[in-house]
Amino acid sequence: MRLLTGGNCRRRLAAWATAMTVLAIGLPAAAVGLPPAAVPSAASHVGHRTHHAPTAGDSAASEREQSILDADDARFFLTRVGFAPDAAELAQYVGLTRVQAVDTVLASARTEAVTPLPDWVLEPIPTRETRKAWTDDQRREAQRLRGQRYELLRAWWVREMLATPSPLTERMTLFWHNHFTSGQDKVQYPQQMALQNLLLRRNALGNFDELLHDVAKDPAMLQYLDGASNRKGKPNENFAREVMELFTLGEGHYSQRDVSEAARAYTGWSLDPDTQAYVWRSNQHDEGEKTVLGKTGPFDGDQVLDILLAQPETSTFVTTKLWREFVSDTPDPQSIAPIAARFHASRYDIKVALRGIFLSDAFWDDDHRGVLVKSPAEFVVGTLRAFDIGYENTAPFAAQIRTLGENLFYPPNVKGWPGGTTWINSSTLLARKQFVEQLFRATEAAGPPRTANLAGVRIAASDTMSGMQTTAPLQRATVHAAQGGKGGVRFDIGTWLARYNTAPTARPGLSAELQLQHAVLPLTPVDAIETDSTAGAYLQALLMDPAYQLK
Amino acid sequence: MKRRSFLSMCAASSVTFWLPRAYGAQSAEPYASSARCYENLLILIELKGGNDGLNTVIPFADPAYYQLRKNIGIKRDQAIQLDERTGLHPSLQPLMPLWRDRQLAIVQGVSYAQPNLSHFRSIEIWDTASRSDQYLREGWLTRAFAQMPVPAGFAADGVVIGSAEMGPLANGARAIALVNPAQFVAASRLATPVSLHERNPELAHILDVENDIVRAADRLRPTQGQPQLKTVFPGGAFGSSIKAAMQVLAAGDAPKNDHGVAVIRLTLNGFDTHQNQPGQQAVLLKQLAEGVASMKSALVELGRWDDTLVMTYAEFGRRPRENQSNGTDHGTVAPHFVMGGRVRGGLYGVPPVLARLDGNGNLPVGVDFRQLYATVLGPWWGLDAPAILQQRFEPLPLLRV
Repeated sequence: MRLLTGGNCRRRLAAWATAMTVLAIGLPAAAVGLPPAAVPSAASHVGHRTHHAPTAGDSAASEREQSILDADDARFFLTRVGFAPDAAELAQYVGLTRVQAVDTVLASARTEAVTPLPDWVLEPIPTRETRKAWTDDQRREAQRLRGQRYELLRAWWVREMLATPSPLTERMTLFWHNHFTSGQDKVQYPQQMALQNLLLRRNALGNFDELLHDVAKDPAMLQYLDGASNRKGKPNENFAREVMELFTLGEGHYSQRDVSEAARAYTGWSLDPDTQAYVWRSNQHDEGEKTVLGKTGPFDGDQVLDILLAQPETSTFVTTKLWREFVSDTPDPQSIAPIAARFHASRYDIKVALRGIFLSDAFWDDDHRGVLVKSPAEFVVGTLRAFDIGYENTAPFAAQIRTLGENLFYPPNVKGWPGGTTWINSSTLLARKQFVEQLFRATEAAGPPRTANLAGVRIAASDTMSGMQTTAPLQRATVHAAQGGKGGVRFDIGTWLARYNTAPTARPGLSAELQLQHAVLPLTPVDAIETDSTAGAYLQALLMDPAYQLK
Repeated sequence: MKRRSFLSMCAASSVTFWLPRAYGAQSAEPYASSARCYENLLILIELKGGNDGLNTVIPFADPAYYQLRKNIGIKRDQAIQLDERTGLHPSLQPLMPLWRDRQLAIVQGVSYAQPNLSHFRSIEIWDTASRSDQYLREGWLTRAFAQMPVPAGFAADGVVIGSAEMGPLANGARAIALVNPAQFVAASRLATPVSLHERNPELAHILDVENDIVRAADRLRPTQGQPQLKTVFPGGAFGSSIKAAMQVLAAGDAPKNDHGVAVIRLTLNGFDTHQNQPGQQAVLLKQLAEGVASMKSALVELGRWDDTLVMTYAEFGRRPRENQSNGTDHGTVAPHFVMGGRVRGGLYGVPPVLARLDGNGNLPVGVDFRQLYATVLGPWWGLDAPAILQQRFEPLPLLRV
């Protein structure tokens, strides 16, 4: 056991952190002006937090919105609403007020990816006639191609997450992917998951009402929840149930009868068997009266969705899920209620809900720092972004994210990834640490090219790079290191550490060690680190620390 | 840790007697007795998505079956006939040696009152052994291990293979998720044991996982005396997970470790067959049957078949009437399989009465699923089942005395 006296040790570190943050980290003048508050309570892990403005009463809320972000606040904010930032991103937010930071991040949200999609996304799906004419070999080849293209699609999305100037857009696109789930197990053609991804991104911070209506008729969704085979006479209830349970009301707010009645209303939504595009088939639509949640009429699917949207439970349900995503896994109904009410009143403007959450006291509360587990995508993408890791091929990162339990475009079931502490089990925790270990091997620039197989999954570079390599406009890679191995992964640890006035093989000293802790962990480290470590080893130890899994 | 502080006696015989907790905690050999109790291994197989029971155990003599299932019904001459009215899906042929040896019990009509047709809520009910209107946090096995801790010498309380969700082992059990035991042991050097009381529940969870890794790896490290399995396992994800499970047992079988784990939970995914069910279900049931056959062979090699109980479970069965897409929607009751060297084979429970469906077209509950759990907890492990299940459930007579 490395740390039997952990409690004491960590208390001391926390106290040091308190003293050193203001002194050592290059804070803007405005932040330095704030008085350091008391040392955080001993048993708490919010050791990094130094100065919360002590205020009393509700009138102080707007004052708190005006409080200035120091480097820790800005890093916390950007990590929570996006991916862990690098130094350049961080600098843009240090010194802003909370309101300014929130409004900046919301105003800069994108609705389209900056990374061009692979060309084949627009390729039509083979018609019935074409498919019928296929030989067995051609059929197998088509299947192989679909699987390969799914991998390309994953690599494309990870590249977008790495390149985007609007990380919140990608976080919200992923949030909706996990909310309006569809996936490779039931959606044969990756084109359709790609188009759904564009739809989710277009409305990621747009309007939930529109998003729900659009997703309901999205071809991938019509396949995933069998909407396309729901017909008058013998309806298929799959979509009708999940839309109430998982997309809008939440479990317990509807009955089995509501499900069967609603299923009849959704009949008629269908797919063209050749193009797989949405088509309306009035002859398959059940025009009879339906009674859903106490309302009776000859409803169609859109009208039933409107009934669901009119229920206040829908607003509460979605706001609570956003709270879990951005604040903590133990939602506070009292804080959520007014935000949900504003969300509902705005007719489901997603930015209204997000602004309410991001400006809530709970979001910024010391007690809520380091209490969310990084998802696999956040862990991998955040690490690559924060350390300015160079890369060429992003397929290994997508495979790494899969190994950690989040195979993009393939959620485990309609409820999506359960997230939270379930991201961490013995198998995934070890895989996360192996990822860190491999990253630090990629610092050996002169070494043999052994970093390519980062995730243990090999995809030929020619497959993965088609249409993407030359076009990503915001390639983050600082070094396209030919010497960095097949995946081109390279960690320029020297440049990164130079910001802290240290070098990989130097002894960092206490001040630099504390700065590194703040730069990497939301809490003080759990494990003791050998006192004579080099800065490189010290940094690696921080990334191996249990606290690195948190944000 | 709280869950490990409750020590009580686990009787090796079917007679259970109870000592006050304080006495139990001070008793000289609490682990010796619990070791005896968890020498009986439980292997759970989750049929995730909700297996269609009526096409698994087929009431071929009932004309109503073919009326409800004009397209997807299994024809009488294709079913493997067990008696004059009950047949098995043809993919289950590899289970027939077990049936003939009377080591396969089939419990029909398993569900619970006021069934919930949501995958997620219903599996939560199964995993926590709650009532339909009751929300419990801990898995039913977690509660069992809190009452009678698994011996410290075991590698872990349970091993979970093929799923990230801990299910019945959630929130407190020492459960290890792994893909391949050898890789797990090799990677375990990256984990650090930590002895800290942690308030932040997310961090506390991570520290628990670190500690569990170190402890399990220590006991799963290959040793000289470890048996090498000759059994050939089926390919595919489920076959691989069975192989991994048997390797865990082989490692735990080395003399220094007494026995490796109390529970193994495997998952076979894909039973949510709303559409084009026949082909999919045939493939899945074949994987299940071939997998179980290989499992039996490996357990016989390890000398553990007679102290292993294999049990299937799922969130629900499916609707008796097929839907328009050659599939079935969420339903209620389903048959489940219980297998092992000490199982008393045969048909149990309540066969489907298709003339008596409820208002939603579903079958009424025949056997409460907690009767299966009570059978495991009581007769199999010698624990106080009513205390763990918070209610008295009659164990099923599935075990040979």
